[in-house]
Amino acid sequence: MSKNLSVGSVTPQRAHFASPLLLKSGASLPAFDLVYETYGELNAARSNAVLVCHALSGSHHVAGVYGDDPKTLGWWDNLVGPGKPLDTNKFFVVGVNNLGGCHGSTGPLSTNPLTGRRYGADFPLVTVEDWVTAQARLADLLGIDAWAAVIGGSLGGMQALAWSIQFPERIRHALVIASAPKLSAQNIAFNEVARQAILSDPDFHAGHYAERGVVPVSGLRLARMIGHITYLSDDQMGEKFGRQLRHGERRFNYDVEFEVESYLRYQGDKFAGFFDANTYLMMTRALDYFDPAYDFDGSLDAALARARANFFVASFSTDWRFSPARSREIVEALLHNRRRVAYAEIDCAAGHDSFLLDDPHYHALLRAYLENIEA
Amino acid sequence: MNPIPSYSADAEARFDYAVIAEWIPPGERVLDLGCGDGTLLRYLRETKNVSGYGVEIDAQRVLGCIRNGVDVIQIDIERGLLGFEDDSFDHVIISQALQAMHGTEHILEEMLRVGREVVVSFPNFAFRANRAAINAGHMPVSENLPYEWYETPNVRFFTLVDFEELCAKMGIEIRERLAFDDQGEPVAEDPNLNGSLVFYRLGRAR
Repeated sequence: MSKNLSVGSVTPQRAHFASPLLLKSGASLPAFDLVYETYGELNAARSNAVLVCHALSGSHHVAGVYGDDPKTLGWWDNLVGPGKPLDTNKFFVVGVNNLGGCHGSTGPLSTNPLTGRRYGADFPLVTVEDWVTAQARLADLLGIDAWAAVIGGSLGGMQALAWSIQFPERIRHALVIASAPKLSAQNIAFNEVARQAILSDPDFHAGHYAERGVVPVSGLRLARMIGHITYLSDDQMGEKFGRQLRHGERRFNYDVEFEVESYLRYQGDKFAGFFDANTYLMMTRALDYFDPAYDFDGSLDAALARARANFFVASFSTDWRFSPARSREIVEALLHNRRRVAYAEIDCAAGHDSFLLDDPHYHALLRAYLENIEA
Repeated sequence: MNPIPSYSADAEARFDYAVIAEWIPPGERVLDLGCGDGTLLRYLRETKNVSGYGVEIDAQRVLGCIRNGVDVIQIDIERGLLGFEDDSFDHVIISQALQAMHGTEHILEEMLRVGREVVVSFPNFAFRANRAAINAGHMPVSENLPYEWYETPNVRFFTLVDFEELCAKMGIEIRERLAFDDQGEPVAEDPNLNGSLVFYRLGRAR
């Protein structure tokens, strides 16, 4: 069996939810849509469903391609497919664009049914917990009483963790990768700089840029450039770019001189071309707010007392954004609660973004854990 | 680290696992330090219905644990058992791994902190055949000490008598001791000479 078999051409689906969703902030959405994709077949017992949660820039398009365009490859295609570690011959895999996203689910770019205008900045702040609540509505619709597993990296891992707390009976395994039980002050600080880049862009128009037909491109670019620095390790950046000069000589100006600048500008431009600024603000805020211990006097032990899932927690040695120490906080709270948990600290040079790569040991661990899950 | 090279071998064939299992009542909570690929824990789970975790630092062995369905925590025991709470296990086991650790005293203290009772097994460097090897001018290589001196993971070389002196110094109570020769047969006479592999059940002095 080839390891490189793809799920092939895929088509997103849309689900409409007509009853209101009460949000953690106290606001509510009268109705909402979620776009999602599925890969593999739901078995008769409906026991083989796996939810893949996306992080900041991901979407419901986890695996496969649209049409036959290789440029549209899903963001976690190296993990999900027939014969791959998250094997679609065994599992029914679901990817969903989170509420407030900009890939088709109801979000700031959608039309507010109460005003007939785009939500823009009026879209309510949604949290990780709200995403999970919305995902649970989708599970209801698909006839999934309990996920065999919920898996995610970074912000996606936070959703897996939140699932285990919010719906302990509806998740059998939580795979929490390169994640944290809450952001550190440094993490929040990076998010704040990224937000300020957007908020101070003259094209932001207090969040109602879409109505004016403009995009706060420079703010989005800058936000992504800052983010991207934190996703890579110092070593990897050094290895990839070093101090390599773009033109082979110094030109004594502020254009792209060093290769790393070119890379960051490219990443920024690419991101600003497809991502919505309000979604970016909201998602970074959702990250900031995430802290299951907050409602339990700061005790993660108490927050996880409700969890019933078995856990796989993994971190990456060079990830300084969500360091191994942050994953160990989750592990320690699970040990306190006597939950079943396996924890791996993976040696990988690529920093936070390691979770998206196909490091052989990392994928072997995921394959082994997922193979042992009864579908 | 578990220096036994055949750590993936069938657990049924491992007499030392059976010895340890004899000391573990059914349904206990167990922590296995330097658990290798988790074979012992899996054996204890299948024969004694224990729950608990393994601790291992080596990446390939961690993968082995996951394949074995064993809950492994990849941390460095030399730094202590941070995150494991006092008295949270019935037994803490270190099976043929103590000799590969630097911080012997610290590890023993940590084991006695998190566990009600501790099980230790290690190769006895004063075993007859090992003494003979030294007398013949060579570091011993045997089934229980399977490495050449230049590749051994072992860093602490001690005998049954040495270990008991350390226990006395640390106020650790020896509750039971078993010694076996290199055929896996129990040894009664002069275990420091005739014992190749020794097992201890330890507790905090009452």
